[in-house]
Amino acid sequence: MNDWPQKLFGVLKQAKVRQVGYVPDAGHKRLIELCRADPAMRAVPLSTEQEGIGLAAGAWLGGERSVLLMQSSGVGNCINALGMTSECRFPLLMLVTMRGEQGEFNPWQVPMGQATRPALEAMGVVVQHAASAQEVEPTAEAAARLAWGSYAAVAVLIAQRVIGIKSFQDQAGR
Amino acid sequence: MSAILKRREIVAALLQERGELLVVAGLGSTAWDVSAAGDSPLSFPLWGAMGAAAMVGLGLALAQPARRVLVITGDGEMLMGLGSLATIGVQRPRNLAIAVIDNERYGETGMQATHTASGVDLAGVARACGLGASALVWTEAEFAAARKALLGQPGPVLMQIKVLAEKIPLVLPPRDGGLLKARFRRAVLGPQADAE
Repeated sequence: MNDWPQKLFGVLKQAKVRQVGYVPDAGHKRLIELCRADPAMRAVPLSTEQEGIGLAAGAWLGGERSVLLMQSSGVGNCINALGMTSECRFPLLMLVTMRGEQGEFNPWQVPMGQATRPALEAMGVVVQHAASAQEVEPTAEAAARLAWGSYAAVAVLIAQRVIGIKSFQDQAGR
Repeated sequence: MSAILKRREIVAALLQERGELLVVAGLGSTAWDVSAAGDSPLSFPLWGAMGAAAMVGLGLALAQPARRVLVITGDGEMLMGLGSLATIGVQRPRNLAIAVIDNERYGETGMQATHTASGVDLAGVARACGLGASALVWTEAEFAAARKALLGQPGPVLMQIKVLAEKIPLVLPPRDGGLLKARFRRAVLGPQADAE
């Protein structure tokens, strides 16, 4: 099996990410555990995803790189704050696990899931999509280079197919 | 009680010997207050992203643990980011302080009442979130103690400072976000800021 969370963690280590803001998602469970266990990283659980946009801005002002982990529903919470990212040209890397796309079992996830890409693009965020487990690492690696090499806001959308949660029972069991 | 403190005097007193202090100003009146005390590359005034000031302060405080970070923001701005007090309470950065300049109004939109006008106690929320020394400030004597806590004592801490609901002249900082970011980073990080 392709251990994509471990590889994503490697990308964050390689990029010298120091602050990890997150709202939990089942798809990010393992990556969050890896980040929390790393003494060189500061894991910052957030009460809402928009806090992470401010956190990332402050980290960069102080000379540190940060990453923001969330589920696609959380993207909607970030929209106005992303205006600051765009206006100030703050580098930003968001790793977004998708809901509301392939095989979704909760209808309430579908509207935001379907709006995730256009909402991000409307705010000037470059959106890259990893459709398979094999694509996650190279896509995230390129996104990290784009974010900090070109002072860009970049979101990597990790397909629901990669996460592979099929039902409420499956999600609760993880 | 009614407020007697004046916001411009309070913010000027917080910044009069600022030295290496790093300042984040919330959008609106507090950004103007910070500018009125003297524009500095070590101030990052927000012109948008309402509710984000405390979190910008948190990211900065975690990145620069040896330096004091002071967030100066308004009651309306803080109310929009109330959850960030819980997030800060979990992280507990000792170098982070928040001064809420509380005029109980949305000052930029017509002086409409905020929740603090109805008694919402931001300092109480902060204490409940783990910012233990947080307090409400009405008087000069209380402010003298709050100033010491904000600038020197171990944080995180929030001081909710009640001020008069005055309409006072605008003193605007630079508006260009890219400029504000770049000059702040240069002032904090030196020439390496541009090499990163």
